[in-house]
Amino acid sequence: MAQADRYTELINTPIGRIVQKQIGLPAPVPLKRWTPGDRVVDGRVLIGGAPGGRLATTLAKVAASIGAEASTPLREDLRAAAAAAGLDAGPWTPAAAATQRYAALVFDATGITEPGQLSELREFFSPTIRRVAKSGRLVVLGTTPTATRSASERIAQRSLEGFTRAAGKELKAGATAQLVYVEPGAEDQLDSTLRFLLSSRSAYVDGQVIRVGSGSDVPEIDWERPLAGKVALVTGASRGIGAAIAATLARDGAHVVGLDIPALEGDLKAVTGSLGGSALALDITAAEAPREIAAYLKKEHGGVDVVVHNAGITRDKTLGRMDEARWDSVIEVNLAAVQRVTDALIAGRSRAVLNQGGRIVCVASIAGIAGNFGQTNYATSKAGVIGLVDAYADTLAARGATINAVAPGFIETQMTAKIPFATREAGRRMNSLSQGGLPVDVAEAIAYFASPASTGVNGNTVRVCGQSLLGA
Amino acid sequence: MTAGPRSVAVIGGNRIPFARSNSNYSKASNQDMFTAALDGLVSRFGLEGERLGEVVGGAVLKHSRDFNLIRECVLGSRLAADTPAYDLQQACGTGLQAINLVAAKIALGQIDAGIAGGVDTTSDAPIAVGEELRNILLDANRGKSTQDKLKPFLRLRPQHFAPAPPRNEEPRTGLSMGAHQARTGAEWGITREAQDELTYQSHQRLAAAYERGFQDDLVSPYLGLSRDQNLRPDTSLEKLAKLRPVFGGKDGTMTAGNSTPLSDGASTVLLASEEWARERDLPVLARFVDAETAAVDYVNGREGLLMAPAYAVPRLLARHGLRLQEFDFYEIHEAFASQVLSTLKAWEDPAFCTQRLGLDAPLGSIDRSKLNVNGGSLAAGHPFAATGGRIVANLAKTLHENGGGRGLISVCAAGGIGVVAILEA
Repeated sequence: MAQADRYTELINTPIGRIVQKQIGLPAPVPLKRWTPGDRVVDGRVLIGGAPGGRLATTLAKVAASIGAEASTPLREDLRAAAAAAGLDAGPWTPAAAATQRYAALVFDATGITEPGQLSELREFFSPTIRRVAKSGRLVVLGTTPTATRSASERIAQRSLEGFTRAAGKELKAGATAQLVYVEPGAEDQLDSTLRFLLSSRSAYVDGQVIRVGSGSDVPEIDWERPLAGKVALVTGASRGIGAAIAATLARDGAHVVGLDIPALEGDLKAVTGSLGGSALALDITAAEAPREIAAYLKKEHGGVDVVVHNAGITRDKTLGRMDEARWDSVIEVNLAAVQRVTDALIAGRSRAVLNQGGRIVCVASIAGIAGNFGQTNYATSKAGVIGLVDAYADTLAARGATINAVAPGFIETQMTAKIPFATREAGRRMNSLSQGGLPVDVAEAIAYFASPASTGVNGNTVRVCGQSLLGA
Repeated sequence: MTAGPRSVAVIGGNRIPFARSNSNYSKASNQDMFTAALDGLVSRFGLEGERLGEVVGGAVLKHSRDFNLIRECVLGSRLAADTPAYDLQQACGTGLQAINLVAAKIALGQIDAGIAGGVDTTSDAPIAVGEELRNILLDANRGKSTQDKLKPFLRLRPQHFAPAPPRNEEPRTGLSMGAHQARTGAEWGITREAQDELTYQSHQRLAAAYERGFQDDLVSPYLGLSRDQNLRPDTSLEKLAKLRPVFGGKDGTMTAGNSTPLSDGASTVLLASEEWARERDLPVLARFVDAETAAVDYVNGREGLLMAPAYAVPRLLARHGLRLQEFDFYEIHEAFASQVLSTLKAWEDPAFCTQRLGLDAPLGSIDRSKLNVNGGSLAAGHPFAATGGRIVANLAKTLHENGGGRGLISVCAAGGIGVVAILEA
């Protein structure tokens, strides 16, 4: 897969840039993507916050642990937090903004308890947002609105969504904006989420809201190989996004069990073979499939740690012309089979095939959020996947496991390459980053959910869409 | 050999009034000015014809012909011609470092008495030829035959005659010292008001020091000046507030008022063992206790260019088991008001003190009424290498007047260097 599409390449030549400026074309820049050995953040991380926030120490600890070059405003609580966390944070006041560039702007908004205090956002970001570096990051952290203590606080915290989404649209050159809602008591669960959002692993995740709740204790992990010793099942692993997921989980240390239909067994074995994983060829919609999968994982690996429900199909037709076969097959593969396999893997409680602390990650779609012309069947199935995440989150939390979904937007694959030019270009450019994502972008988000450190990340559906205008 | 280091006495100092650039001293060379300051010190303490252990000093801006500047000054002075001397250069830390070295030799018993100081002129500045012309001239010089000697001149082009004046910027960042400090000051949130306030106070205090005769035995008139030319006893906060920013862009806070101007001048300090002073019946104003030099890596932007003294002071304090508050006087060189205030703020900051200085807690704040009590560089001016001598003599006399006490000196310098010292009386 090319690193950038042809238009992005052209626009980033000297002549292309002149043309782009003259006629106001979208200006995508090649997004920085993560490769093993990269620093989490390359450049200055500015950590600010509204007075009275509860995350200053946590943020400073994470910044220190990733070895970031950090600064904090010269406010006593923030400076004391940096000192306590062992973070060598440079001093900062808004007057310094004009001379600096920021790889990341991180703001603890948990101290905002009424709408009047939202002005803290303007005061912090107004002098700094135009100083964000290429592929930079803007991350706001708030309190989960349902976990607030007053109506005013709930209103103010809900407001943060509008702020980050709008800021995401103002950021340039591959920079992204996210909001993280942190439940009170879940401060120690933030590490994996911040590392993901601050790093280039989240290249194509933009304008998203992630909820972090309290979970079991976060284990110590090797951040370069967080899945070492883990077994990961990836359905639909023979090509496209599935193959990228398999490769990314293997990179992070997992033994990957790839699954696909028998007709694709050759491709599947090529993928898993190169990753040192194993291949399981079967049709997940078959009646005995859930039992067979569970039995295979139990027998070969003693269980499974990560399950990625990636297999999916499209059978597009407008509703008036939608036949039963098209409808049924999409619902079966994309939704019904996902639920049956999940049930089979978590059945039996303590003897379940899904190991203690297991991770289930579903692949939804922005079609399931925004709907899509000619895709009533597909949108129905993918919205159902989001429902599945909602429905199973509590059950899984009770056994120290999690379930989350990614909802890809326009991802450059063989499938999207077949879309007619005009439709394809519209899909590609109608997002804040003015380009399509790559399969690895979806895979990185899945790897983040799959991390043993993401204990408190449960019940989320995170879009990997470059802040697409669709359904936003 | 002596057993253990000896106590080092500061006997006194002498300097010429500091002039603004291209004014009264525009025709005076470094050698002229340092010799004048040196001779003044010699007559003040009756050292005519005396052979001292050594004279040490230097200049930041120096002509190449002045490779033995201080020795030449000694030969032109009324000291005995067999007094050795050497030059030293450490940017604005030159003067204080020279004093430190003379003090160290006295402490070790290598010498009994010495003079240290510094001089600088920004008026009679060395102007070099450009690099290409220099190469042409050197090539011509290397030629053996007449033809070889003439041939390189064919490469001459008109642009080669443009002079290369001394640069006022850090070679590794291309930023002037003021531009560096503007960044540091912005990071530490140093306001225009606070800088102007410090500047006003500097002028007020130096003017008062002159009024009450404090400077009478520290400064000798020279070329028509009897007081520092930059001193503005009548300046006010209103006047200072009207000045336009010169560093940090249009929203900058650093002006020609709260930054030191380019200046010319020279200073000297006489140091000796207490025994040597007693034998000659000379006063001991104070003892030079110790000094520390630090440097910071300002190139990558993680630390401010002029923040090295903030690192040197805690090391010196630790060596003597002192707290920052255990001083009666603080002499922090006012290169820029912003530099002084940034340093003070850093010492109050928990993150800076624990993470960068490796301390358990902030050094804390100082009693500002003890800071630069007889004025500082903002009022006096700052002929780079001459500042250390001005401050040491000034603090020694202040301690003596006070009937005792302890003083801290801090001088920042280009290249991310800082020199600090402790005096006691």
